[in-house]
Amino acid sequence: MMKRVLAWLDERTGLGRFAEACLFQNLPGGSRWRYVWGTLVVYVFLLQAITGFFLWTGYSPSTQTAWESIHHIQSEMAGGWILRGLHHFGAQAFVVVLVLHLLQMVIYGIYRAPREVNFWIVMLLLPLSIAMSATGWLLPYDQHGYWASRVPIGIMGVTPVIGPMLQKFAMGGSTVGHHTLTHFLALHAGLLPLCIAGLLGFHYYLNRKHGLGDVSKDCACPDEKYFPAQFLKDAAACLAVFLVLLGFVLFPYWQNPTAVPGVHLGAPADPSEQYSAARPEWFMLFLFQFLKYFPGGTEVWGAIVIPGLVGAVVALMPFVAQWRHGHRFNVLFLGTLLAAAGILGRMAAVEDSKDETYLSAKEQSHRNAERMHQLVAERGIPPSGAAALLRDDAYTQGPKLFAKNCASCHRFDGHDGLGHKPLTTHTVRTNETWESIAEFRFMPVTALRELNPSFTGPLKPEDKIIAQVRPWGPDLKGFASREWLAGLFDPARVDGQHYFGGTKFKDGKMSKWVKKNATPEKADDIKKVVIALSAEARLKSQAVADKADAEIIKQGRALMVGDMACTDCHSFGKKDPDATGPELTGYGSRAWLIRFISNPAHADFYGKRNDRMPAFADKKILDAKQLGLLADWLRGDWYVPPKNGAK
Amino acid sequence: MQEKPPVPGTPATAPTERREFLKQGCAACLGLAAVGAPVAVGVRVLLDPLHRSGGSDAFVKVTTIDSLPEDGTPVQFPVLADKRDAWTKFTQVPVGAVFLQRQGARQPLALSVVCPHAGCFVDYLEDQESFLCPCHNSFFKKDGSLKDEQSPSPRRLDTLDVEVRNKTEVWVRFQDFQLGITEKIPIA
Repeated sequence: MMKRVLAWLDERTGLGRFAEACLFQNLPGGSRWRYVWGTLVVYVFLLQAITGFFLWTGYSPSTQTAWESIHHIQSEMAGGWILRGLHHFGAQAFVVVLVLHLLQMVIYGIYRAPREVNFWIVMLLLPLSIAMSATGWLLPYDQHGYWASRVPIGIMGVTPVIGPMLQKFAMGGSTVGHHTLTHFLALHAGLLPLCIAGLLGFHYYLNRKHGLGDVSKDCACPDEKYFPAQFLKDAAACLAVFLVLLGFVLFPYWQNPTAVPGVHLGAPADPSEQYSAARPEWFMLFLFQFLKYFPGGTEVWGAIVIPGLVGAVVALMPFVAQWRHGHRFNVLFLGTLLAAAGILGRMAAVEDSKDETYLSAKEQSHRNAERMHQLVAERGIPPSGAAALLRDDAYTQGPKLFAKNCASCHRFDGHDGLGHKPLTTHTVRTNETWESIAEFRFMPVTALRELNPSFTGPLKPEDKIIAQVRPWGPDLKGFASREWLAGLFDPARVDGQHYFGGTKFKDGKMSKWVKKNATPEKADDIKKVVIALSAEARLKSQAVADKADAEIIKQGRALMVGDMACTDCHSFGKKDPDATGPELTGYGSRAWLIRFISNPAHADFYGKRNDRMPAFADKKILDAKQLGLLADWLRGDWYVPPKNGAK
Repeated sequence: MQEKPPVPGTPATAPTERREFLKQGCAACLGLAAVGAPVAVGVRVLLDPLHRSGGSDAFVKVTTIDSLPEDGTPVQFPVLADKRDAWTKFTQVPVGAVFLQRQGARQPLALSVVCPHAGCFVDYLEDQESFLCPCHNSFFKKDGSLKDEQSPSPRRLDTLDVEVRNKTEVWVRFQDFQLGITEKIPIA
């Protein structure tokens, strides 16, 4: 029955005969492992088509949903991370097998007449595969894809004459947006694969027309049919490639099962966020490095003219091969080309591995990606897109705001919030010594000398040495916490670098009071005051302790208005119009901190006695949201995921 | 297929044939594995939504009792609820609509706006005091029961659970039901 149906179908379509002809094609000289390359190109393309199609079923191309849908595929949908991983590594494998296939064609001389067209087809597939990769990179719309894709878009723009128009057309406007994503998807999943499939079909057709080009003449091997002899080799090679790709996907997971699985998905694209780790795919690194040698205005040479000329030489190889030694020249030329690309790529990698900016940007990108994962799990993605989650996150934004606005005077645990020690060049003045400079800048003399290993003897005027930026204000790590306040009430530390040492209050009333009153006999009372005052801040980290110490807090509050006489200078509980020191009611709380940063010279705080601190809100340096983020971060108030990842 | 009887004197062909068969089997299996594995991963991802439950069917506050006409005329209200659509978390967005009508001293009556026949949005015709589906003319009485035995709809308009909370608030359990069958079965 089945046979009759098939026979009927074959009668009408000829498909059966065609399949038979393909499957049982005669291979003169039998099957060979080196014949697998062509099949591998087709297989990896098929793999990309399959995984790409299924990714497409979950992808949504718009600036508010692209990253979000990919994140959903990768971290919510079962098997999604494996699917995306296969597609990610498959894209690289496609370029690799193409290059190897091209290399094989040249080495075995399969480009000679009448196979020139077949050679050009494989050549043409290379730029197409790179276009696939370039369009594919933007689609997840993470920071990496966004900034890395600006390079090919920019290169498009330097194309002579039509450049700017081409660029605007590809982007669907003058900036990267919704239409860039829809255009890139249509290219990536529609037009480009169609072209590649067409070329592959043509390649196969020509292959059958001309037969195998590199049959060993001296081998007395018997002929074989394609199936099963060569088919078995082809299938084994394909499966091996698949397993290698799967290995790439699974290996990091096997190494670290607790981490978020899947290939890197950076934080959502944000045009206002600097990203210094944008690099092309590794196989394009050579071009990236190559472009470094072209000064401004001549990029078109590096990006288009020279690669175009090299491409032309390769395209002419079938004709060059007709000359004496022409074939040898071709092999040598292609070999040199690959070696040069390898060296350039390697140089780029080495330069990057020494580039502090690149490395820290990369680390930052990983931190942000991880944080995004936590935030999405906790808050869910708002309709306006996931980028807003990171912009509203105190943990992410606080350190940046601190480094930018506060770190010129304050420190956070000794650094600028982002982990850097602020350094400056100091020009030595007359009478300055190692010791005096170190003291002024609150650093040990040994540390200062270590920063300047080239200066050995005593310093001379006009010497330029590297030194820490003097902290002009207190260190704010743990501000208003019990530990922080305990330091403030410590006679040894109150005028040190972490508190009033750098300020004009070094010898102020508070400093004097602490030195006079914070004696060992009164240690108990001081401790109670510290606990009571710290409780005003309502810190998240001290919630449990504050609740447990309710009785001590009550005693401490009594001491503040009583024996300790804080209220002689500060307002506490009720407003005192004659208060000279900062308000203590709600000291260190979110509202207090926001008001303080808004204007430290307000009558409730330092009034006219304010040191250099600017009024950040009144001078419009920070807006309300930024103030809130900064206050939340200083108070350690941000979302922390539960330990061991349990939801 | 007819099996060839073993021919004495030619034992050498049997192992070759077997080897050839083994080769064919291996080739087919490996080829199938290479193509089948990525398809399998993809299908797993594609089927993922099937394992997820639909929206919550908790009660949602729709309106207050005062906004329902005293004479029992059904009024259409939008239903707002928090919703998670794949990756997006929506707060208080329209998820559907409901017809509410007073029934004297009893609880108000809540009717789904979806015709159980093919899922069209029914209209209320005030002059005829009945619901008419604009797609295939299913006709329902004011209480949602079938007005005309010839109606294409297999069942009456679906009623939704209603509660009056805090004396005036009307809460409805908003649900979708399977179409085209005589029983009323909620879609999970």
